[in-house]
Amino acid sequence: MWDWYEFPSIGRTDLRDLKKAGDEAFKAFSRAYGESLENFFQPLLSFLVWFEKLLINSPWPVVMAVIALLVWAGSRSWQLVLATLASLALIGYLGMWENTMYTLALVSVATLVCIVIGIPFGILMSKSDRMQAIVTPVLDFMQTVPAFVYLIPIILLLGLGKIPGLIAVCVYAIPPIVRLTNLGIRLVDKDVLEAADAFGASPRQKLWTVQMPLALPNIFAGVNQTIMMALAMVVVAALIGVRGLGMEVLKAVNNQYITLGFMNGLAIMAIAIVFDRTSQKFGKRLQKHSEIIHG
Amino acid sequence: MASHGIEIRNLYKIFGPKGHKYVDAVRGGMSKTELNEKYGHVLGLKDINISMPAGKIQVVMGLSGSGKSTLIRHINRLIEPTVGEVIYEGQDVCKMSKAELLQFRRMKTAMVFQKFALLPHRTVLANTLYGLEIQRVPHKEAEERARRWISRVGLEGFEDHYPNQLSGGMQQRVGLARALTNDADILLMDEAFSALDPLIRMDMQGVLLDIQQELHKTVVFITHDLDEALRLGDRIAILRDGAVIQQGTGQDIVLNPQDDYIAEFVKEVNRGRVIRADTVMKPGEPVDLTIESGALLEDVAKRLTETGASELTVVDSTGKPLGQLTLHDTIGAMVTPS
Repeated sequence: MWDWYEFPSIGRTDLRDLKKAGDEAFKAFSRAYGESLENFFQPLLSFLVWFEKLLINSPWPVVMAVIALLVWAGSRSWQLVLATLASLALIGYLGMWENTMYTLALVSVATLVCIVIGIPFGILMSKSDRMQAIVTPVLDFMQTVPAFVYLIPIILLLGLGKIPGLIAVCVYAIPPIVRLTNLGIRLVDKDVLEAADAFGASPRQKLWTVQMPLALPNIFAGVNQTIMMALAMVVVAALIGVRGLGMEVLKAVNNQYITLGFMNGLAIMAIAIVFDRTSQKFGKRLQKHSEIIHG
Repeated sequence: MASHGIEIRNLYKIFGPKGHKYVDAVRGGMSKTELNEKYGHVLGLKDINISMPAGKIQVVMGLSGSGKSTLIRHINRLIEPTVGEVIYEGQDVCKMSKAELLQFRRMKTAMVFQKFALLPHRTVLANTLYGLEIQRVPHKEAEERARRWISRVGLEGFEDHYPNQLSGGMQQRVGLARALTNDADILLMDEAFSALDPLIRMDMQGVLLDIQQELHKTVVFITHDLDEALRLGDRIAILRDGAVIQQGTGQDIVLNPQDDYIAEFVKEVNRGRVIRADTVMKPGEPVDLTIESGALLEDVAKRLTETGASELTVVDSTGKPLGQLTLHDTIGAMVTPS
């Protein structure tokens, strides 16, 4: 008799064997390659640690001055510089300086990694429809699979710590920059490209003199999104032992410390706003040539 | 001075994935409509043979969809031909390797576009030296040459402006300066003035004729405007449905339109500005009032009415009389026969 109420599944024993087989296979892979992977990421780890130390061991006025300068260089807005200094002062006064520096270091390095890997991928995608067809579903996967799921293999391979945290952040944060680089290049005006062709520009010359400059505003929107998503991941990264504001939020959740939770949450938000406004204003300035229009 | 013309021989372009398959059918007389309806391919160009003279302006005229923009893009191979040859300096552009083609485009051709196609993120100066930058000319020299052409087309003082700060006419001056800075023998102009206001268009035509008098480049000029074609063209080819239906000088075409389609076209033309004195003059006794051979009928009529005379003599550059023109004959030739 066909059972309409219970879905015909493969059965408990088979299922257990299936899971076991998958786990065993991955564990074998991890045993075989875990160490070489760790060695592979060693330079990245050293860089991250060096950057953290730099931020934490430098006198706080120097760090604040450098951040204020960077914000000014990006946005040319003194209001934003003042707001940045005020939030940093408050963060420091409330005892979150060190954790903020950890988070800042993680997000900066993650963004850098995303740019270095993401932009070339975006360029490759824009050059070939096949590449686009292959990469797009991978990006969809990276953005939709819950972060906790891909944390498992990362932990299995690399254990707890900064590098698995950094990788988790990058997996989640890299799609927008890849997508928007691809889109930006594909949206470049065909007439202008034809002109470059007519003047004998090689594919490389076309990329650097026409496609990249004209795609820059879109690429920059991608960088902005990447930073935002990296910040959104710091709490998840804290789950695998990354120090910083995220760790404090996690502590607050576990112990129902409302004030601690909000303080650190707001500190993350403050950093996010500073990053966002600065990069948006910088992106806008890149398009300045298109704003002034003949009247 | 450009010493080479461009020979286009038996050029066919059939758009679609299997263009080659249908060349023979088109040669055998299959029409554009039949090709499209039965086989889903679009006939772009059909058996084009034009020899474009060196150092002259060759106009290719046709209405939209006639294939004129497709044709000009075969000269620098922005579009691959289905079959046929484009010969320049004894070499077939269609058979060049990728590297040869890049070199050919860099050194031998320059192009001006209907929609200007300037680089929006670059200033006028940086746009103008783009071709030289692609050729890897040292920046200092490139800038010097670019500045010279910017002032030659009348844009001095606008070097640091961005294209969208300029009017259409000024943008196309940048387009022209960019092409001329390349110092290439071949100048390809794809409806270069079509997007401009009539007055500015006339102005730009003047700029082009002026520059051409000095440089003698081999210019290929695409237009849908017969008046423009007649004003600029040393030779004109008329394209319809991808085929050349008549070619010759402007005067040839106005005086002997090959079919009703062209006759319809030339009906509205100001014949006084196209037909030359030599064409209409008759043998007779020379008089004192003269005009040089090659003058347009409009100039003849002007000379006659200004002096109040009823007859003048056409002379060559040494002053030797060639023939006679009366006011009656002149006016008669300027009026479109019905």
